[in-house]
Formats: sequence, C-alpha cells, structure tokens
Amino acid sequence: MEFIVNHLDLSLFAVLVTVGYAAGTFAERRHYASILSRERAQRQFQVMNAEAYFAEGRVKNSFMVSGSAVISIDYFKRLLAILRNIFGGRVKAYESLVDRARREAILRMKEEALTRGADMVVNLRLETAAIGNAANRRGRIGSVEVLAYGTAVTLNKT
Amino acid sequence: MIVTNVNHVPGRKILEHYGIVQGSTVRAKHVGRDIMASFKNLVGGELKGYTELLQEAREEATQRMTTQARQLGANAVINVRFATSSVAQGAAELFAYGTAVLVE
Repeated sequence: MEFIVNHLDLSLFAVLVTVGYAAGTFAERRHYASILSRERAQRQFQVMNAEAYFAEGRVKNSFMVSGSAVISIDYFKRLLAILRNIFGGRVKAYESLVDRARREAILRMKEEALTRGADMVVNLRLETAAIGNAANRRGRIGSVEVLAYGTAVTLNKT
Repeated sequence: MIVTNVNHVPGRKILEHYGIVQGSTVRAKHVGRDIMASFKNLVGGELKGYTELLQEAREEATQRMTTQARQLGANAVINVRFATSSVAQGAAELFAYGTAVLVE
C-alpha cells in the first residue's frame, strides 16, 4: 500500500497498461469474430478492384458506395510498438489494427451496397489516413481511418 | 446525379466532358468528442464519433462536388477519388474530385 502511494505515477502507468491490455485484447477478439461471421455471410457478394466492362443493356443502374472505420490502438499495444521502434522488425500490434480497420471498412461498404440492392461492386479503392489527435502529437499513430469506396452496379436480370 | 469511381458510367454512353469538379470540407471535432476519443485510445477499439464525423464530412464534400457539376450542366461525375489530409491538430480536410460528364 505504501509503495502505491509513494510511486503514484508508476502504479498509474501499470494500471493503464493492464487495463489497456485486457480491454484491448477483448475488443480485438470480439471484433475479429464479428468480422469473420459477417465476411462469411457476404461471401456470395462480388467485389473487385478492377474496372469491369459490361455487355450493352446488361447494367441497369450504378452508384457509388463507401464505408469507413476509425479504429484506435490500446495503451498496451502502443507501448509494444514504441519498444519495437528500438529494435526494429515487424510491428504486429499495428498490423492487426490496420487489418481490422480495412476489413471493417470493406464490410460496411458491402453492407451499404447490399441494402441499396446492388449486384456487385467494381473498382474498389482503399484509402488509409492517420487521424491527427492527441495520440498523434509526437508523430505516433494512435488511430487509423480506412475508407473503402467503389461503384455498385445493379444488373438487368436475364 | 450519377456518381461513379470508374472511368465511365456502366451501361451509358458519355456524350460530353466538362473537366474536373471538386469539393472539400475541413472539419474539427468538438472537445467532448476529443476527450471521449482519448479515453477510447486507452482501451482500443472503434472511435464511433470520428467515423461519423468523417462520414458526414465526406458526404458534404461529395455534395459540393456534385453541385459544381450541376452548375456546369453535367448529369454525372465519373472517376471520383477521395483524399484526406490533416490540416492542423484535430482538424481534417476531406476532399473529393472527379470528372463531370454528360451521359445519355
């Protein structure tokens, strides 16, 4: 008890790391579970990042769809990444962050396309941006935004 | 107004090109959202406030772009691209640009 009182900053740091680790791991696991189940549900829906050319009279309608997600990293992983900066190598903590954001953005775009009755999405583009916020003050990326957009196409049924 | 990000409008013929149209908006979050986000930064996960903010901003940028296209007499914007840049601490610029065309 005396130790905690004497080293308040150190204990606060330990609490932040523990909370970050627990909550971050839980959030990530839940997010991946939801991503996987939604991806499985939408597997039949075609998305491509090439421009598609259709035969005449095949396309009924086309419109743009987009989806975006801002995902933030937790305190523990940020610490890991800072340590990683010293030794170099794969920063696994950030890999899963951008992976989640990207897949979530694509899923949201697909969901928008599906609710608006599209048959497929062509010319998918992905855009990544680091959001300028308090966590980014020292040039470290705290959260990442991914935007997925493409052209949704509805086809004439033959 | 048809908006696509392919360089044609699927199933329609382009009759006329009007050149580039663009729309942009600079947004900042209010302090409350910033504080909430910094808490969320601790535990990780999605920052819903920011997602919404950026989505709204992007819609506005697209709207400004289509308004400009309409003024030129176009009825579609093709090859639309989005870009984001953080202009200042806590503010983001969202930018949309494309080519205004007349389709049949």
